[in-house]
Amino acid sequence: MFKTLIVILMSSVLVNNYVLSKFLGICPFLGVSKKLDQATGMGLSVIFVMLVSTAVTYPIQKFVLDRLGLGYLQTIVFILVIAALVQFIEIVLKKFIPSLHRSLGIYLPLITTNCAVLGVTIQNITDGYNFLESMVSSLGCGLGFLLAMVLFSGVRSRIENCDAPECFKGLPATLIAASIVSLSFFGFAGIVENLFA
Amino acid sequence: MLYNILIAVAVVSGIGLICGIVLALASHFMAVKVDEKKEAVRACLPGVNCGACGYTGCDGYAAALVKGDAEVNLCIPGADAVAKKLAEVLGVEFTDVIEKVAIVHCGGDCKSTERKEIYEGIETCAAANLLYGGTGKCSFGCLGFGDCKAVCKSNAICIEDGIAHVSTTLCIGCGMCVRACPKHIISLVPDIIQTVVFCSNREKGATVRKECVSGCIGCKKCEKLCPEQAIVVRDNLAEVDSQKCTGCGICADNCPVGCIKVGSFLGAHK
Repeated sequence: MFKTLIVILMSSVLVNNYVLSKFLGICPFLGVSKKLDQATGMGLSVIFVMLVSTAVTYPIQKFVLDRLGLGYLQTIVFILVIAALVQFIEIVLKKFIPSLHRSLGIYLPLITTNCAVLGVTIQNITDGYNFLESMVSSLGCGLGFLLAMVLFSGVRSRIENCDAPECFKGLPATLIAASIVSLSFFGFAGIVENLFA
Repeated sequence: MLYNILIAVAVVSGIGLICGIVLALASHFMAVKVDEKKEAVRACLPGVNCGACGYTGCDGYAAALVKGDAEVNLCIPGADAVAKKLAEVLGVEFTDVIEKVAIVHCGGDCKSTERKEIYEGIETCAAANLLYGGTGKCSFGCLGFGDCKAVCKSNAICIEDGIAHVSTTLCIGCGMCVRACPKHIISLVPDIIQTVVFCSNREKGATVRKECVSGCIGCKKCEKLCPEQAIVVRDNLAEVDSQKCTGCGICADNCPVGCIKVGSFLGAHK
């Protein structure tokens, strides 16, 4: 049981990294990875939102959609619920933890309809995980997102200081770097399953 | 068939309704009271977040104003217009803002001085300065990579002939460039100033002469000739007292190296 959870966690961080292997959540990956502190803030917010939205969408899927045979409404219901949830969290944070709201506040609306968050919740259902496994998988995906953001912000700060040809400056150089980082993550495929074999 | 559709509609609208109700309740019960006065004060400020007032951005200054900890005349980019608005909102007396402009105290362009090394590295002043104090022969002078230009929000700085120039008519006096310059040769001065010494070199005259033909050699000619005693040579460098200076131009006409310039340096506010 414990071993399964570790495998799920490691594989969602490294092998099935949402940004670098599944190419979900590219918008914040390119948009907020310019500086390390912003990248960390965004990554932590994503972990938080992924965990909370999995905790909410999983029961909805099991107890509402599956019971009534409405599996095809998954996407629209999940978007609705996650968007409302993030708004709710923002209100709560603003009231009770203003300091956290100031540091996460600007990122929360960005995550409202982030495809990585929706992707995690749907993937958990598709993979047939139980509730605990889903939560671990969400945590892993969030950590993977944070890892990708932090790594890439480092890469990006190096690119900023490079004397690149004029036509590659800015987004083109960033996209090429992103593809190289993503290639390097393919090296992890097949590692995690064999770790405990 | 119709039954299935009805169920689907009911489920989605039910979930939507629940979400809506929860959000409505949350925003009602957990509403954070925003200080209206602070909002009004914040709306008066320009929002450049330059920090010239000494607080952390416009929000910080607004908070201090509402508390009553700060004077209304601290916003230099906003100048008198903002100070008047602030005084009105807060109901206090208007105090005049001392508008300032940034001046780059260096005249060592490519015609006056030479490079001592060929630099191939990160093209910022901060990076170049770390390597033996920069590329120029004069270790006090402008490096010309434009760190100041990069931070300037009003596009008032241009790099010409290898050194930075501030177009004072565009300068709002926020002081971002002052903090960005690794050589500390940019200063904020009251914009009533009429005479400026374009040099920061404090070496002895003979050394300066070898490094840059436009550098102040500390000959004290200006000090002797000034009818108002507004210019003093301190540590081999002429300094102007803007309060005493009348802008007569005698110092500039008689400066042997031509590093003193007389003119109007009024900022963007005038």
